[in-house]
Amino acid sequence: MIEIRDLYKYFGERRALGALSFEIDSGQIVGLLGLNGAGKTTTLRILACDLLPTSGTVLVGGVDVVTHPEVVRSKIGYLPDSPPLYLEMTVREYLEFAGKIRGLKASQVASRVDEVVRLTELSSVQRDRIGTLSHGFRQRVGIAQAIVHRPELVVLDEPISGLDPVQIVEMRELVRSLAGEHTVILSSHILSEISETCDRILVIGDGQIIADGTEAELSARWLSSMRVEVVARHPTGLDIGQFWQSMRAVDGIVEVTPREPHELGENLLTFELSLAKDVREAVIAFLVGKGFGILQLTRSHRDLENVFLQLSVPGRTQVASSAGTAGEGEP
Amino acid sequence: MSRVFILARRDLAAYFRSPLGASIIAAVLLIDGILFYSQALTEKLLSAEVLEQFFYNASGTTMIASIVISMRLLAEERQLGTFTLLNTSPLGDADIVLGKYLSAVLMLGLMTLLTAYMPLLIFVNGKVSVGHIVVGYSGLMLLGAATMAIGLFASSLTSSTVVAGIVGASITGALILQWALARAVDAPLSALLAAMALHHQNFKPFMSGTLDLGCVMYYLMVALFFLVAATKMVEARRWR
Repeated sequence: MIEIRDLYKYFGERRALGALSFEIDSGQIVGLLGLNGAGKTTTLRILACDLLPTSGTVLVGGVDVVTHPEVVRSKIGYLPDSPPLYLEMTVREYLEFAGKIRGLKASQVASRVDEVVRLTELSSVQRDRIGTLSHGFRQRVGIAQAIVHRPELVVLDEPISGLDPVQIVEMRELVRSLAGEHTVILSSHILSEISETCDRILVIGDGQIIADGTEAELSARWLSSMRVEVVARHPTGLDIGQFWQSMRAVDGIVEVTPREPHELGENLLTFELSLAKDVREAVIAFLVGKGFGILQLTRSHRDLENVFLQLSVPGRTQVASSAGTAGEGEP
Repeated sequence: MSRVFILARRDLAAYFRSPLGASIIAAVLLIDGILFYSQALTEKLLSAEVLEQFFYNASGTTMIASIVISMRLLAEERQLGTFTLLNTSPLGDADIVLGKYLSAVLMLGLMTLLTAYMPLLIFVNGKVSVGHIVVGYSGLMLLGAATMAIGLFASSLTSSTVVAGIVGASITGALILQWALARAVDAPLSALLAAMALHHQNFKPFMSGTLDLGCVMYYLMVALFFLVAATKMVEARRWR
């Protein structure tokens, strides 16, 4: 669906991109992950034909964005970081306008807008002026305009920016619902968002792709250890200091880091383990043997965070251990 | 081409979704009305002279209104971020410029049409030729269309409507003042400068009811020149 080869973009003397190369197959949801200024928005703007590249080849559905931009634009729906909304229009008027200028036939406009309004859950506000809507609804209208003409490729720049937690979950579901019918590429610097929404992650740094794969693939390739988070109820009268020491003696455990508990309860311990290899079964067996009741043992989200930091800011790794706060006693 | 009309229709409707359109029309009608009453009706003039005076006054308000309308056409879209919607749709750069221009010219047409009651009042106590009125209004539309193109070009240069307004007014003012410059230099340069003047030599025939094809061509060429320049600016901004 997307083929980018040796793409360069200069703004004056400053190189924003280059050499950037990657390919994306149809139907995938791909996340472009990078720090601010890494080149995410520039890449997406070039894909959306909003910006011309300095050199290189960008093909969308086999069509070149430089030589045939009008053809490419009809295949693409684009939501920039700030949704391009006419605040004086109602949601419905705006979507009809967006559909028409993107080539929807007059006879199809009304039914397609109905469909998109339903999909993006805008029915209740479709007659309201956009200027009166909340930020979350405006983002939804932004997504709706990007898909109203049934594009093959949907390009979303920071779609969850500024949303509250409930809206983030709703937006994630909305983006996931686009999979299959559309190929989706979205950018974010929020790691958990990318890992939960996307099938594949492209890490971009200094205008180049520095890593490419699923979360598991990136972790396996770039991390020398695995991190797991444990919530367990310890037996009454446990010597916590001695427990941390014995825990560190288990084969495969590199580091034990106490954490602030996410939930309150008697004798509850929350801690994170850094493992040299996958010894989760041995950890469980050890804890059960010590009389612990295990409430939760999950792979830490900080894995991806560490990969991201390792790639984007060389020398900055192990966020979890360096930024962690002590819980009950030190290990 | 149909997408040009879709864009023009949206923009035209936008004038009336906000107080902007009504404000501009009201201001033009107020100023034209005051000038018409104070100069044309209170001075002892022949009917044709009253009409000529009306077109002279209206040309000033038309140019000012044209700059006010056109200065926001592209600059405001950039300022609000809505230009991205147009820029990433299958519209070509020329389509965007044409759609915007068409909406502004239609707005100008509506505004100009609403002033028609003033020349019609002359028929109450006097007599003028309908042809004179038609030619005079054609001149106003051509002058306004040329000024709109200048304003649109200025609007393509920046994302600030204020800066666009200043640049548009400066270009328009410089073109108007060519007639003054023409008087200060010798022939043949004086003739060239006088022929380039946006108002004086090129608008006077319309005021007196004379349809001069050379003047019509002049206004069309000015409009075309600045529309092409605006299109090139929109294209150039795709590099930034």
